[in-house]
Amino acid sequence: MQIFINGNIKQLYSDNVTITALVVTLNLTGKRLAIERNGEIVPRSQFDVVMLSDGDKLEIVGAVGGG
Amino acid sequence: MNDDLIIAGKNYSSRLLVGTGKYKDFSETRAAIDASGAQIVTVAIRRTNIGQHAGEPSLLDCLPPEEFTYLPNTAGCYSADDAVRTLRLARELLDGHKLVKLEVLGDPKTLYPNVIETIAAAKTLVKDGFDVMVYTSDDPIIAKQLEEIGCCAVMPLASLIGSGMGILNPWNLEIIIENAKVPVLVDAGVGTASDAAIAMELGCAGILMNTAIAVAKNPVLMASAMKKAVEAGREAFLAGRMPKKLYSASPSSPVAGLITAA
Repeated sequence: MQIFINGNIKQLYSDNVTITALVVTLNLTGKRLAIERNGEIVPRSQFDVVMLSDGDKLEIVGAVGGG
Repeated sequence: MNDDLIIAGKNYSSRLLVGTGKYKDFSETRAAIDASGAQIVTVAIRRTNIGQHAGEPSLLDCLPPEEFTYLPNTAGCYSADDAVRTLRLARELLDGHKLVKLEVLGDPKTLYPNVIETIAAAKTLVKDGFDVMVYTSDDPIIAKQLEEIGCCAVMPLASLIGSGMGILNPWNLEIIIENAKVPVLVDAGVGTASDAAIAMELGCAGILMNTAIAVAKNPVLMASAMKKAVEAGREAFLAGRMPKKLYSASPSSPVAGLITAA
């Protein structure tokens, strides 16, 4: 299936992918981040249970320097 | 003398709040912030760089959230909806953290606040349980309205963000301060230490700055200067300045006992 991460297309070669699994795939394990899926925040406690669907739009954000 | 700044029920001994943008690297960021003595630091919320190296240091490593109070901002947001969305992500990112800096900008050239969108966002965020420190214009009526909505601090600009133009309208700032029951902080426009001192002498509760420190030739030294300026300005405000006397001098030395011509 195909999803969008931060505006870019990402192909996933399995239909059963949790947010946790995606975070591992993206090499973001242990990073402090927040994730929005189709406009709704996915609480960190739900990362293990939320399954991605074809066409999902994800925003993955972190804190950066700013004023 | 205990003269803490109290924001949303929490005490801070430093009245200087600093941004974390525009530094050369994280080590300069950390050194400057240490020199500033700031306890509250602003951060921006941005898309994570997918594909970055796992071991790459992050801002949170450089400024551990246990040591500093984070103030996530909405820099770059031009609508109330975007600002609210950004801060909800920030709250999730920072484990339910409630203290935020709201700014909704009007245009990319001036970065002047869009007060209509700012008010709309402030209402939503306050209702949603956030402690909102709000960036706004130096319009006293808008500042009062933001306070009445329930913002925990009102932060008018001294001049445009990143301009270093100093305090363009001290009279409006005085009106805002006099009318306010919540802390009023100058946010944006401070260029050098004297600007910071003047803002504090006017009675500001604190100052939030970024560019003036980060873009100085020596950011760490400027951070130290700003710390002293904020403290000096605060003490001068508390001490109460002498009245200004226009058009007439008043000698400091006794007028009696002068020697006369032999």
